[in-house]
Amino acid sequence: MEVLDLARWQFGITTVYHFFFVPLTIGLSVLVATMQTVWWRTGNERWLRLTKFFGKLFLINFAMGIATGIVQEFQFGMNWSDYSRFVGDIFGAPLAIEGLLAFFLESTFLGLWIFGWDRLKPGLHLACIWIAAAGTVFSAYFILAANSFMQNPVGYTLNAEKGRAELTDFGAVLTNKVLLVTFPHQIVGCFMVAGAFVAGVALWHMMRHPDRDADAFRPAFRLGAATLLIAGLGTMISGDFQGKVMTEVQPMKMAAAEALYEDASPAPFSILTIGTLDGSEEVFKLEVPKLLSFLGTGSFDGEVRGIDSLQAEYEQTYGPGDYTPNIPVTYWTFRAMITAGGLAMAAGALMLWATRRGRTPQSRWMLRAAIVLPLLPMAANSFGWIFTEMGRQPWVVFGLMPTSAGVSPSTSVGEVATSLAAFTLLYGVLALIEVRLLLRYVQAGLPELDPPRDPDDVDAPLAFAY
Amino acid sequence: MELTTFWFILITVLWVGYLVLEGFDFGVGMLLAVLAQGDKERRVLINTIGPVWDANEVWLLVAGGATFAAFPEWYATLFSGFYLPLLLILIALIVRIIGLEFRSKRPDASWRRNCDIAIVFGSFVPALLWGVALANIVRGVPIDADKEYVGGFFDLLNPYALLGGAVTVSVFLVHGAFFVGLKTVGDIRERAISLGLRVGLVAGLLMTAFVVWTGVNHSGPAVWLIGLLAIGSFAGGLVNAVGRRDGWAFAGTAVSVGLLVITLFVALFPDVMPSSIDAAFNLTTTNAASTPYTLKIMSWVAVVFTPIVLVYQGWSYWVFRRRIGVQHIPG
Ligand code: HDD
Ligand code: HEM
Ligand code: HEM
Repeated sequence: MEVLDLARWQFGITTVYHFFFVPLTIGLSVLVATMQTVWWRTGNERWLRLTKFFGKLFLINFAMGIATGIVQEFQFGMNWSDYSRFVGDIFGAPLAIEGLLAFFLESTFLGLWIFGWDRLKPGLHLACIWIAAAGTVFSAYFILAANSFMQNPVGYTLNAEKGRAELTDFGAVLTNKVLLVTFPHQIVGCFMVAGAFVAGVALWHMMRHPDRDADAFRPAFRLGAATLLIAGLGTMISGDFQGKVMTEVQPMKMAAAEALYEDASPAPFSILTIGTLDGSEEVFKLEVPKLLSFLGTGSFDGEVRGIDSLQAEYEQTYGPGDYTPNIPVTYWTFRAMITAGGLAMAAGALMLWATRRGRTPQSRWMLRAAIVLPLLPMAANSFGWIFTEMGRQPWVVFGLMPTSAGVSPSTSVGEVATSLAAFTLLYGVLALIEVRLLLRYVQAGLPELDPPRDPDDVDAPLAFAY
Repeated sequence: MELTTFWFILITVLWVGYLVLEGFDFGVGMLLAVLAQGDKERRVLINTIGPVWDANEVWLLVAGGATFAAFPEWYATLFSGFYLPLLLILIALIVRIIGLEFRSKRPDASWRRNCDIAIVFGSFVPALLWGVALANIVRGVPIDADKEYVGGFFDLLNPYALLGGAVTVSVFLVHGAFFVGLKTVGDIRERAISLGLRVGLVAGLLMTAFVVWTGVNHSGPAVWLIGLLAIGSFAGGLVNAVGRRDGWAFAGTAVSVGLLVITLFVALFPDVMPSSIDAAFNLTTTNAASTPYTLKIMSWVAVVFTPIVLVYQGWSYWVFRRRIGVQHIPG
């Protein structure tokens, strides 16, 4: 393998892995803050116990998010130095702002929240988690601003002498139309994960010990399931907007999503295809007529361009070359994203039905579904990103820089292979540790509350300690 | 002032912030191996930095992001060139985070021992390698006409750089020990300070040698002056530690770490990565910089938000100002 392939594998692995944890952090921070707010307003101790229980799970997840995030900050320089030289003038700014605005907020105020139970007044303590939650959302916005520039470069000029893109309008970068549709889609995607997580964990407890835990976990289950369903609706609506913007700025990605080789108006959306996806006659295809036209253009008869004509057009514009992404990957990841999200919503609705008016379901299937539930939107997020990033290929910055031109010229195969192996191995071990810890703390169930302590006792144990 | 100079100063400030703050985190992490006796004392040490280490680490992330935004060429050359050391640092930081965060999440002794190893390793390796890396940047490394690093891993292990690494490790140990002296009560506090004093003599000598070597290579009154002030405040820290004035002892090492970083960046200026092949290939604050437009926007962001960050981060130290001891560690 060449440096390019290794570097791509490394970026894909480390980023997708980082992104296992990020959606849960973003969504769960808000849900935990909500639980704590309910306790603060009502004084109902059940909500305090829920806050502490889910807060602990949140922290276990957060630790992995920051551990894997550090790599992200530096690997543009390590493996993609020519890319960094080319876009640094534009791309670096949102990254730096993310650190200054978002990461400082998150880390400082989470520290205050975790260790501050006995040091801060309740209202101030509650404010800390809300501020940290806001930090995670800022973080998403700025990193997505950077990514949206790669999908749809705006607000720049090319400086031929220096061989780089230079920023001319930062406002345009922060209001990139891709960003404006990606950010909401991403945020609701995060809430699906967190909602499914809270609902799944709560239902599992309700079913394991119906007599003891059903009442305690029921409100959390309802909060989680409602979040899942509302956010799920949100992903559909925002995804529809994204489809239109994508058809406009990256028509090739839309064609690749459908494996559509010839221009079509109207274009159908295929639920699944059995065959090779290389444009030859498929064995079997299940289609919904006109749906792709609607997703891409907003009209059931709109024209959707096909791969062949786009390839011909790009050769005219950019010179000879292959401008087609990996079709099977884009085709199937797009479907997997939608299917996983849809399954999560269906399961959530079913569970909500099964728990109506104080009921607690008993079927073994439901118990298994509760365990699988959080994994579904998580998978949808990963598939969505793999689709987005692979569908952009062969460009790293669409229309400006091919991925092959971005890789570091001075690093050797040995170096990249070493780091790829090291990160993969390390991340594998961490995954085992993380999953076992999470399961352990999920099983532990709601914590007992500590008796109130005497504020004047200087030797009283800390409310929380590592 | 030129915007590029302003950004050079700002990146210096970020490195000062990072190494002053995470310097004592690293020190405390390393002390886990030598100072603490028994699980409770280990937990006391870890909890002195518990609420703050993550925010301290963010200084590094912002320094990285700011370098990317303001000096993309520097970011690209540095991190693709110092590939393997950076990889080691990243692995160490990851392992350390997991050790710190997950240690008390399981009761069994073997788990906790593994986490201790992770914390000690994860603190020692970056403490050493950041010193090696900074010294190499100042000394100059093989960079060709395309701004690419063309040396190998072992080019980075020269005597000057290794001395730099020894300085950061030993100084951070002392800095961490005085932090523990400031933040704890009981027996561990005494032991921390006396250990800090013993290591402090060695660290002071290493630091002096390093400052002199730097001064000789980059003669200039500012380098000498600031370098000597760094040594002076380190000595001041030690003297105050003898008198058990914990706050002043810690302030002394903190100021000393900050001045030492400034010494290096002053020696560097106006280069950001000098080439040891030909001075014509040096990366400088001008030829590595972003456009004035980007720098102007980033300047506004930095001027508005840095003070806010300092205020709330300072406040969090105030909230957690109480000393802790073994009696405060819950069951
Ligand atoms: C819970 C997760 C989830 C769910 C249920 C969905 N999506 Fe999604 N989708 C994502 C999570 C996601 C994502 C991981 O967050 C992506 C990757 C990049 C992005 O902006 O969001 C994404 C990307 C993405 C893109 C690519 C944007 C681009 O590359 O420019 C489109 C067109 C859609 N989605 C459309 C949809 C539609 C029509 C959906 C349902 C009917 C849908 N998504 C459900
Ligand atoms: C967190 C969500 C993200 C995921 C899961 C993700 C996933 C991926 C994947 C799978 C690849 C490999 C594609 C390929 O090689 O064919 C990739 C490439 C890349 N992505 Fe993303 N990405 C994410 C967000 C971002 C963001 C926010 C940025 C920019 C800040 C970014 C920048 C890049 C770069 C520079 C490459 C390397 C070039 C390439 O191979 O395409 N990604 N990403
Ligand atoms: C859509 C893409 C991304 C989003 C929304 C996102 C968001 C987040 C969030 C919320 C955190 C907080 C901790 C946690 O994850 O649990 C985090 C951590 C981090 N992320 Fe990502 N991230 C994304 C991709 C990336 C990429 C591509 C980079 C590289 C520049 C990056 C850099 C970091 C860093 C450095 C941290 C550690 C921050 C800390 O110590 O608090 N992230 N990210």
